This record gives sequence, C-alpha cells and structure tokens, in this order.
Amino acid sequence: MSSKVYIVGLGVISGIGNNIAEHLASFEREEAGMAEISKLNTIHQGELPVAEVKLSNEELIAFTGLPVNSSRTSLLSSVAAKQALDDAAIPDLDTFRVGFVSANTVGGMDQSEDFFVDFLADNSKGKLRHVHDHECGSITEVVASQLGIHDIVTTISTACSSSANAIFYAARLIKNDIADVVIAGGADSLTKFTLNGFNTLMILDKEFCKPFDENRAGLNLGEGAGYLVLVSDKVMRTLNRKPYGLLSGYNNSNDAFHQTASSPEGTGSYFAMKGALAKAGLQPGDISYINLHGTGTPNNDSAEGTAIKRVFDPFYPPMSSTKSYTGHTLGASGGIEAVFSVLALEHQIIYPNLRFSTPMSEMPFAPVTSFLKDRPVKHVLSNSFGFGGNCTSLIFSVA
Amino acid sequence: MKVYIRSAASISAQKTFKQNGFLDEVIEYTGTRLPVIEPDFKAYIDPKLIRRMSHVIKRGVAAASECLKEAEVDMPGAIITGTAFGCMEDTITFLTRIVEGNEEMLPPTAFIQSTHNTVAAQIALMLKCHAYNNTFVHKGVSFEHALLDAIMLLNEQEADNILVGGTEEMVDTSFKVLSRLGLYKRWPVSNLALMHTISAGTIGGEGAAFFLLSDKADPANLAELRALKILFEPENIGQSILALLKEHNIKPEDIDLLITGKNGDTRNDAVYQQVISAIFPEHPIANYKHLCGEYPVANSFGLWLAANILKNASVPEVLLERAAPNLKPKKVLLYNHYQNKYHSLMLLDAV
Repeated sequence: MSSKVYIVGLGVISGIGNNIAEHLASFEREEAGMAEISKLNTIHQGELPVAEVKLSNEELIAFTGLPVNSSRTSLLSSVAAKQALDDAAIPDLDTFRVGFVSANTVGGMDQSEDFFVDFLADNSKGKLRHVHDHECGSITEVVASQLGIHDIVTTISTACSSSANAIFYAARLIKNDIADVVIAGGADSLTKFTLNGFNTLMILDKEFCKPFDENRAGLNLGEGAGYLVLVSDKVMRTLNRKPYGLLSGYNNSNDAFHQTASSPEGTGSYFAMKGALAKAGLQPGDISYINLHGTGTPNNDSAEGTAIKRVFDPFYPPMSSTKSYTGHTLGASGGIEAVFSVLALEHQIIYPNLRFSTPMSEMPFAPVTSFLKDRPVKHVLSNSFGFGGNCTSLIFSVA
Repeated sequence: MKVYIRSAASISAQKTFKQNGFLDEVIEYTGTRLPVIEPDFKAYIDPKLIRRMSHVIKRGVAAASECLKEAEVDMPGAIITGTAFGCMEDTITFLTRIVEGNEEMLPPTAFIQSTHNTVAAQIALMLKCHAYNNTFVHKGVSFEHALLDAIMLLNEQEADNILVGGTEEMVDTSFKVLSRLGLYKRWPVSNLALMHTISAGTIGGEGAAFFLLSDKADPANLAELRALKILFEPENIGQSILALLKEHNIKPEDIDLLITGKNGDTRNDAVYQQVISAIFPEHPIANYKHLCGEYPVANSFGLWLAANILKNASVPEVLLERAAPNLKPKKVLLYNHYQNKYHSLMLLDAV
C-alpha cells in the first residue's frame, strides 16, 4: 500500500498543440489556442471564442486509424493516449497488468447530436452508427481496444474533475496491487450540447478568458485530451530510465453546496488541497507551483482563490491557470493539466496566466504573468473542480 | 480485510423498496420494457426539489437515503455511483430543445442536471457530505467499478461506511433507439415467462440500488462480499471463474447457489449455459432479470438479491431455474455479463 507511483509517459492534444513539443513552444511564445469557432457547426460561430484542436475529424481519422464516423472524443483520446504509451516505451508491456482509466463528460455526443436532428423529425430515422458510441464508456473502450489493453478498463465522469479522478484512481489501482501500469487521463470534444449548456448558464466570456483577474467575465470552452502513464515501483525498477516524477498526493472532496456553483468559502477546494498535501506529507510552503482550476468564471475563481488563501496565507507559491491557453477542456482538463504539471517539474518551468491585469479584490496574491524558466519546481499542485461539487487536487513531485 | 454489506435498498420493477418480506409478491408485466415502482419521494426529498428532479435523481437519492437509514448511518464515508447512460431524461430534454429551438432561448436546468455525476452530487448535497465522491460510467460494469473503488477505499483504511449505488433510467427516446439497435424482443412477453421464451432480444429495465459497505463485522450485516472480479473480453470466462474460486480456496461444489444474469436473449444466455455445463452442471441456479429487466447496472439488483438471499437463507421460488431440496445458501456466486464483452463475478458469503 505504501508503494510509490511513478510517471513515465505523457501525451497531450489541445487547442495549443498536437503533442508535447508543440505545447511547450506555445507556452513559451505565450500563444493562446482560442479563436473563432471554425469546426463546430453552431449558430454561436463568430460570437463565442473556443479553443478547438486544429485538426479536423478527417485528419484525426487518418492519423489514428480509427473508423470513419468515430466520435471526435475517441479521436482526441486515441492521439494523446497513444502518445503517452509510446513515450513510456515500456518493454514487454504485455507481461504486466495494464489498465486504461479514461474520463470524459460528453462521450459521443458530437455524433449523437447529428443523429438526434433526423431522429426528432422521424423516430425511425437517424443513422444508428452515430449513436453507437454515445456512452462515455464507449470512448474508453474504443481506445483501449486500439491500444490492446484488456486487464482493467474503466471510465470516470465527475464533470470538470473527471480526468483528475481518473489519474487518482489509476494510482490507487497500482497501490492496491490490482495494476502495474495504467494509462490515465481523459478527453472531451467540443459539442453543441456543452457549448449551449454553458451558454445558458451565462458563464462564457465573449472575449478571451481572464482567469483570476478582477474583471474576469467567464470561461472559454476548449477540447483535447491528456494522459499520463503511471507505473508501480516494481515496473519502475525494470525501466532503464528516470521517471518524470511521482504522483505524491491526491484528494477528492465534495463542496456539497450547490449543483453548479461553488461555495463562497471554497469548502470543497479547501478540503481537496489540504487532503492532497496531507497525503503527500507536505506543507503548503513545499509547493513550488499551483496549476489552478482557474476557469475564469467569477464564481470559480473567487471560491478557489478563497480556498488558496485559507491554505497558503501568508506565503503564496507561483500560480497560473493554463486554461488561459487551452480554454476549459472540461472532462479532459485534469488530464491535460496533469501533463502540464509534470512538464513543469521536468523542464523547471512555470507557465504564465495570459491576459492577467488586475488582482482580485481581497486576494493578497496574483498569478504569474510571464513564462519562467530555470525555476526550482519540486512539487506541483493541480486543481480540478467540477459541477456537483466534485473537487480533486493532485500533487506531482520530483522523483 | 473483509468487506461486508451492511444494508441494501433497491427501487425496481418489483416491490423491493421498504418491504418487510422478500419478494413475497411478484409483479407480472407484459411488454418489452419494465417500469419502476416509484416510492413516495416526499419521505426523502424536499417537495420543492422533487418537481425539478428527473426520475434517476429522485430514485437515486431515495434509495441512498433508505440504505443509510437501514444501516443506521447518518453520514457515509464516501459516495460512489455507477451509471452507463447517466441522466438520460435531462440529456434528451436539453438535446431536444437545442434542435427545436435552434440553439436559442434554452433554459439551463436540464443541462445542469444532465452530468453523469448528478446523482452522487445530489446525495452529497442532501447530506452535506464533503467526503470522497466518484462516478463510474463504464457501460455494463459501471456499478462493479463503483464497488471496486469502495473496496479499495476500505482496503486503504481511507474511509468506512461507503455508500455505493447503481442507477439507470430508461426514457421513451432511449427505449426507441435501443429497440432499433435490436436489444429487445420484437413482441410483448410476460416477464415471468422470460426465462422460458429464449429468443433474440431481451426486455428493457431500469432501477436504482444502493449498498452500505463496511469492513466491520456486525450481526446486522447482510452478507460478506468476498471477491469481485471485473473482466473485459476474457479469453475464457470459465477459466477466469475457476481461477477466482481457486484464489479463494473454493471448489465449485462449495458454491451453494449460482445467480446468473440470463435475460431471455438466445446469444446472451448461451454464454451462461456454457459456464453452467462446464462448472456448475448440477448446481442450484437462480436468475433475476425477468424481475428487473436488462440495463447496464442491472447487476446492482442482482447484488441486492444475493445479499437478501444470504440474509434470509432462502431463495424465492420465482428466481429458481434449478432448485435443490432444503436450499439455504451460505455461499453464492453472482455472475453477470454485458453483451459478452464485460463480465463480472461476485463471491458472497453468509455472515
């Protein structure tokens, strides 16, 4: 139960790049992925900026080898999960118990939406292949089959904390000696369903989002996928390489305040951060960087900020929301930001929080505003909070 | 470490909720879709909230509340749910409005309640429970993965009194689409004749079942959950079953009762039949899906049944495919598969 969980593979795709190298380059150039909607067929084109992955479905199908009519969620998941597994390059993988724990919130909704238009007009119409992968679990299954993973395959969906919980669960599968190697993270594609859903809540910024800024006006949606390859002590010893780092702390707590809004005290986020620190055996002062949940909505950022104040006051580590680059990728965000957190350890870098100008009133701290190199980054705290009060914090540490 | 089922509550097509007896009266339905017998939600939920909640949320919250009540636990140590389709009613409502209203003038309520974690979230909200909260959405083993998470939490000594449930709702739209996908029989059948009407397709169902798990022995416990195994496309399910039994030093003849997930579909049931012929050729056998219908977390109904069979040391006649004289099971194997892709095995002991 006390065994360590090492990170040996990373894979990511988002609005700022299709692989690790492109992400690092975009971060350094301080180039956000948001733009006018170009791929999603919606009346909100030209009105709401989003961070779309730059590849079309056709390009993703050609790249992944998945069937035509695959859900975009599967396609994104496949790209990043394959990258992570290739990056890990574990020899004799099939001699280990391998798991795939993937999260998403939309499943194959991008295809179901098309089906539904025809179906609503006539219940005997609509192409059934468009609903084949409607379920969240289908997305995971498609990619697990492609990767040849059979031992442990599952899907988590806890709104915007989904893939942080997938990574958390993967680590526990290893610690409970149920798995040796787990690819964990998540994916979500942009859909009319989520875009309109967030739009009805009036929390989408019509400009590029400004997380943790006093004048923030909401979030921008994004899409993508991010995965880590986690391995046990036993597997680590067989690898002739250094790990990227450790997953040293984690906690899942519930805000239990409101279905969508965060409590003003940031109760759930406070418990999640405190719990993760306790699990890692660390003090707040040990944290070198916080990758914020930082959606850019007035409610999230003030609740998260309040919780950070309660945990860290008076000494605040550097912090930023990389959603200022990728937009909010929902069920993928915990996985994508876990990759960014591990890259911060690996390259000793801290990402800027783009477009920040005015600190939030009553918050005695401000996020980092420029790309920082050669920083001593030893422990990174990554926050992921979601609807339903689901709050998860992860801590990644140098090995 | 041992895992005990302290209490269990099921809302289903049968009179399973808040009953003194155990399947004393069986309800017959004719059709291809079993409804759910709704409890009086006012006993569990603020009437102002009831109106806004979809069926799956109401049932989930009510079953969870009743489960806690029966265990005499006010605050669970964790809340974990499993559902393949999540909140279908709200999802369909929002999707319909997007299409009909061409993405304009949409009310947010259906979207807010459409996320898969809504049931677990609403239970946490009702209880003001800040503890670990998770939702698994992996097709026909969503509930089993929720159980596995709970078992790991107990093993890690991270929490006790863990509330675990499976919820699924069937709405007209999903029934129509799943019918077009060929899941159900093409003509109405009596559910009580389902196990004798083996042909293509099954009957649809829905339900909510919650369990309170603890690692503490207690005379009030219903059963011990000795093992849980979840398999994805196993090469040979028979060998997987034998391996699990061996791992726990159990011979097939030690199993007093095999409960299967047979659902009246020819191809589905053939998988069980092979296992029965190979490993349990003369064992007493019980089935349950004629009572609750087929749905991705139907095995949560199966577990409710297994726990009650062990607690009562008796098997209701309506379940039995193959009886045995003086059958008082102490050791039960619950075996379910979903479309022959996902298989789950649960080994349960009387306490």
